[in-house]
Amino acid sequence: MEHYLSLATKAIFVENMALAFFLGMCSFLAVSKKVETAMGLGFAVVFVLGITCPLNQLLVDALLEPGALAWAGYPDVNVSFLSYLTLIGTIAAAVQIVEMVLDRYSPELYNALGVFLPLIAVNCAILGASLFMQERDYTLGEATVFGAGSGIGWLLAVVALAAIREKMRYSNVPGPLRGLGITFITVGLMSVGFMAFAGIQL
Amino acid sequence: MADVTNREALIDPLFNNNPIALQVLGICSALAVTTKMSTALVMCAAVTAVTALSNVSISLLRNRIPNSIRIIVQLTIIASLVIVTDQVLKAFVYDIAKDLSVFVGLIITNCIVMGRAEAFAMQNRPGISFIDGLANGLGYSVVLMAVAFFRELIGSGSVFGVTILQTVNQGGWYVPNGLMLLAPAAFFLIGCFIWAVRTWKPEQIEEEFHIGALLKLSNEGHLR
Repeated sequence: MEHYLSLATKAIFVENMALAFFLGMCSFLAVSKKVETAMGLGFAVVFVLGITCPLNQLLVDALLEPGALAWAGYPDVNVSFLSYLTLIGTIAAAVQIVEMVLDRYSPELYNALGVFLPLIAVNCAILGASLFMQERDYTLGEATVFGAGSGIGWLLAVVALAAIREKMRYSNVPGPLRGLGITFITVGLMSVGFMAFAGIQL
Repeated sequence: MADVTNREALIDPLFNNNPIALQVLGICSALAVTTKMSTALVMCAAVTAVTALSNVSISLLRNRIPNSIRIIVQLTIIASLVIVTDQVLKAFVYDIAKDLSVFVGLIITNCIVMGRAEAFAMQNRPGISFIDGLANGLGYSVVLMAVAFFRELIGSGSVFGVTILQTVNQGGWYVPNGLMLLAPAAFFLIGCFIWAVRTWKPEQIEEEFHIGALLKLSNEGHLR
């Protein structure tokens, strides 16, 4: 249990997807103009990461690792080069299925997350989490905790940035720096802030 | 869009419509690989190759891709190209490929590749799509190499691994600025880069509503 807790802390704060690994930057910058939209996309990311990361872990374990096809009678076959295609395929399919299931069974949630779901298929944070999971050989439990943790970290970062940007509308930023430029510098300062968590272990 | 000349397609993304500075595409991977110039160079080559080739393939298939499933078709084409690139990198520059770790795979979701496929290759012929992909890859490379140059020079006193400023550890005089090797420095540098580009080309400035400008106007007596 402690192990999982420490993994979650690491995923949320120390190795924050957006601020330490720069993942999901495009949507990070695009949706952080208003806190509400940032919150919507943030929850959608947590949701999708929590589903796709363990799903991909199962696939990697059962099909892609060297020697994983032994159960099918091919112990020497190594198809690990297909992992990119498999991971992104799973993500795109999972996003589509989640969208359809939500539409059918939970219209409120679908209305809240609906517009953001297609965006998520090409969010690098989702694919990045799966690739990190594969590189670090997580087990199913670890993959679930890591996926959800990374999502929560991303949510925290994007909501915080949106709040700062809403406040920033009252300040007089030099013309050429306005918009994207000052956002980058703000994100840099936030990233310095998150570095204070480095070294924390539970 | 159809009457873009080759020259325009090549020059435009480099300066006027830079994918990173103006279109805000592909920043995800741009920042993580820029602590050393050599890794940045390999990353640039990989992204440029994938963008150009995916643009050609998607442009060739553009009349046969059904509109409703185009995203997944594009993703499949791009993912296959990235797999090839990854294998090539592992075969020829293994150490750097190890350094890049997951970021080669992340070219798949790099918004430049998808963005250009969607915005340009779906409407244009293969030849000009190739040039567009190449130019956008190069525009991305310009920013990436500039960021990597400053980060490596200030952070570890070298360029391409060749020592320029002798660091204190090696008996020289230069005390390296460790912050440059950490994540925040990349954000600051891109921010400053955008600032520089937009000072040079003021028409790219984003007009956002903000109270500061209003206050200034009212102080000067323009608003009553």
